[in-house]
Amino acid sequence: MSTLSERILGAPAGDYVDRQVDRAYVHDGTGVLTLEAWRAMEAGAPASPGRCYVLFDHIVPANNSVTAGLQHDLRVFARQQGFHFTDVGEGICHQLMGEGIALPGEIVVGADSHTCTLGAFGAFATGVGATDMAAIWAEGGTWFRVPETIAIRMRGALSGPAEAKDLALTYAARLSMDGATYRSLEFVGEGVTSLSIDSRMTLSNLAVETGAKAGLFYADASTCRYLGAYGHLVRPQEPEECCYERELHFDLGEIVPVVAVPPRVDCVKPVAEMEGMPLDQVFVGTCTNGRFEDLSRFAARIRGEKVKIRTIIAPASRSVLARATETGILATLVRAGCTILPPGCGPCLGAHQGVLGEGEVCLSTANRNFKNRMGVGGEIYLVSVATAAASARAGFLAAPEDMP
Amino acid sequence: MKIEGRALCLGPDIDTDVIIAGRYLRTRDRSEWARHAFEDLDPSLAPRLEGTVIVAGKNFGCGSSREQAAIALREAGVRGVIAPSFARIFFRNAINIGLPVIECECTCSDNEAVSADPMAGTVTIGRHTYHTRPLSPRMLEILSAGGLVAYWRGRR
Repeated sequence: MSTLSERILGAPAGDYVDRQVDRAYVHDGTGVLTLEAWRAMEAGAPASPGRCYVLFDHIVPANNSVTAGLQHDLRVFARQQGFHFTDVGEGICHQLMGEGIALPGEIVVGADSHTCTLGAFGAFATGVGATDMAAIWAEGGTWFRVPETIAIRMRGALSGPAEAKDLALTYAARLSMDGATYRSLEFVGEGVTSLSIDSRMTLSNLAVETGAKAGLFYADASTCRYLGAYGHLVRPQEPEECCYERELHFDLGEIVPVVAVPPRVDCVKPVAEMEGMPLDQVFVGTCTNGRFEDLSRFAARIRGEKVKIRTIIAPASRSVLARATETGILATLVRAGCTILPPGCGPCLGAHQGVLGEGEVCLSTANRNFKNRMGVGGEIYLVSVATAAASARAGFLAAPEDMP
Repeated sequence: MKIEGRALCLGPDIDTDVIIAGRYLRTRDRSEWARHAFEDLDPSLAPRLEGTVIVAGKNFGCGSSREQAAIALREAGVRGVIAPSFARIFFRNAINIGLPVIECECTCSDNEAVSADPMAGTVTIGRHTYHTRPLSPRMLEILSAGGLVAYWRGRR
């Protein structure tokens, strides 16, 4: 009997295996270095160009001519090789791969640490570096050490203003920043059924912040319905009795809004304990919380008021932006005084758009609050969308209320 | 294979943003990464990295998958990194670009003499010798070749 990682990789935990991959993707950040390694390898033609994706999301549109030149080179290469290619404005790589591309049971590798996001679909999805990815372009596969697995067992349902992000930060705090190093997480238990696909992606996304190589959900009826809308006929993955190295239990009804205090993702406190903290910027977006569910939650909580501090919102993809436009949510956000960025990673990594100045404090729905990440001397506090909305309305860190 | 140098001791959970900040990534000039290594931790470190073996706390290289972090250390003249545990993407990246990494829990002071053998799984710091699990055979082959690009070319 196997964990989902063992089942997909086809070997017991601890084994080293060579496997072909089903999807391999890079973005404009890691793709440049991948291309350099690829050229150094002189490998000839890629093994499976139809399984390779180049998705521009990190600095889009380019912020200067150096970046533009690097992107141009990668863009031309991707097109020449017949890779799937999405240009600036289409969205964040993990989100796009989650819009009907990654499927249950697949092995997915991405040259980005948050590739684990796609575990939400029952895929074994993990991040690799640029040189590993170049070898994957050449050979179509790579080696893996089959990981031991830690179960995150959930019961009940989230209540009040708590959301998946609060649960994600809470489990990260319980595990700590290296509590799952070299291991996978599996999200199991009856509480899973209450979680939307958008919420599951948020939970899988944070897996790497505990050191995990993957964070998997078993595909269930919700997964099948979601992928069915993209034309995929997929079956649920039935969990088996299996041997978890460790289990963490969470009663979802007890999760409360929390904040991760810089510079550690695992330094987590209830928002209620830090209310009133002054802020300079609120940022909503990223592969953690830039989906339609997030934008619509923010809009619902703004309720026609104006934001009192500068608020930047980056939809995770063009389809998220389109849906927000069609449903009137975008208009609500714009009228509330939010600045809307093009779909992409935005200021999360401090490369452009909303970089922080010395001494500034940003409340962010992203996944990392490392020192200077969004700008030298700036501090990042990680929260849920509901907490971001309540705080944008208040002008300082504020706990979200129960919605009527 | 033997790595030798003087110890540079660092704490736990050193993330790749601190090893090389995101604002320096968009270039093909690798010496640029070496010049700015650890800038947000201690701006005086980069020029002192040549000839060192980093002896760090647990979870070295956590965070972003950026391979520039491992490259920055190698380009700055770091001979290898020893830590009780590594973030797994950094660990693979380091081997893939030919930077020796060894999992070992040990104590040290700055500038102590360090010698280590990833193949034998031994680390000697000052007068103490530690025995640790050697790298997997595949990783040793890649490291011995000088990295994955050379390993791959050599196998063809």
